[in-house]
Amino acid sequence: MSSYYESTDLAKFGSIGEHGKALADEFFKYYGMVTGADGALTKREKALIALAVSHSEKCPYCIDAYTTACLEAGANPAQMMEAVHVAAVMKAGVTLVHSVQMKNQLDKLVL
Amino acid sequence: MKIATAPAVTRAARGRHDFDALLKGQGITLPPLGIETLQVNITRLCNQVCRHCHVDASPTRTEAMSRAGIERCIALLKQHPEIRALDITGGAPELHEDFVWMVEQARRLGRQVIVRHNLTVSFDPHPRSGESMRHLPAFFAAQRCEVVSSLPYYQQFFTDAQRGDGVFEKSIRGLQELNAFGYGVEGTGLVLNLVYNPVGPYLPAAQAALEADYKRELATRFGIEFNSLFTITNMPINRFALHLRKSGQYEAYMDKLLAAFNPQAAAGVMCRSIVSVSYDGTLHDCDFNQMLEMPVETIDGRTPTIFDFDFAALMRRRIRFGPHCLGCTAGAGSSCGGVTA
Repeated sequence: MSSYYESTDLAKFGSIGEHGKALADEFFKYYGMVTGADGALTKREKALIALAVSHSEKCPYCIDAYTTACLEAGANPAQMMEAVHVAAVMKAGVTLVHSVQMKNQLDKLVL
Repeated sequence: MKIATAPAVTRAARGRHDFDALLKGQGITLPPLGIETLQVNITRLCNQVCRHCHVDASPTRTEAMSRAGIERCIALLKQHPEIRALDITGGAPELHEDFVWMVEQARRLGRQVIVRHNLTVSFDPHPRSGESMRHLPAFFAAQRCEVVSSLPYYQQFFTDAQRGDGVFEKSIRGLQELNAFGYGVEGTGLVLNLVYNPVGPYLPAAQAALEADYKRELATRFGIEFNSLFTITNMPINRFALHLRKSGQYEAYMDKLLAAFNPQAAAGVMCRSIVSVSYDGTLHDCDFNQMLEMPVETIDGRTPTIFDFDFAALMRRRIRFGPHCLGCTAGAGSSCGGVTA
């Protein structure tokens, strides 16, 4: 194996059912219900959320899949990039908000 | 790189993408329903060189229908009132020297005339003669042609990526000018429809949602109005097929189209209700078959032209299909008038 991630592996996702079909079937049914149609959110909004999560979770399979899904839902590169910025700023915010914990600890430790 | 030197399509892929076998397997038959539209490709000459163009049109192409061919198309409209519309395409059909005459004659016969207008041809000088094409918007309006124009997106990035640098800005000016002549404006009856097609190997978004986006964005940003948006899937032939094969995406794209096969979309394919005419007068089931040099075959094995046009024989023909037909049957379907399902 030349790499831990092979782009051709994405198409093999369905094969997870070989060792647990019932659970895989339930997962894919759920997946389709959530992402496959407009609901309270449009398919485009869901695809943009999924693209943001793909980046925060650093999943190359998902980034490939949801770049295409966003385009197929009519999104444009500006919207897609903004979604990634939402993921990035959440990561930064999550890091920074923990500094309150640091400050609390400082307050406890410093005379 | 020519198609012949691009990576080969595997035998397994050819088998998977056998459209006739797919229809047979699903018990679907698609006989002709009528000939409501005569779609005539009068020239392959174009002022643009679009990356996805299935015609391989460009400023250097020389193929053009003869005056005799154009007169024969008009005679066919006269003989066959069942053919309600003349759909003139190219290349940029306006660059043909007999374009104006053809439109005027068809309109005199009371036929709907659809012009596949690229929005930039009226700003560029004629690639061969250098003459100005500025007369076109007024001519369209005077003849009350229906104008159908490609605009791959309501933003510059996708449009210029597909159609060339500067095309978006010119297209916006072209649309504003058509609006000024009443095109796309409510109450005028002058129809301006836009065409969206993806800027790569993926399926179009839902037509209604995208139309709403186009209407909102074009009105807000540029004050532009239009009637309808047609979403069209990229056909895996010619220039686009070469791109797919060079970039190693051909089989994946074909598999995507196959996975999205929709029997309802198949029932509405445009080849069931049009005949496509090439510059040399040969008849085809659609413009894509025309570019693949797959002429109509009647049941007695003839390949008729406009000069031996037999309406009844054409209605009995078996429409010719190929792997590219997966493009018209994927998802909500695709045709020169948008979705089919």
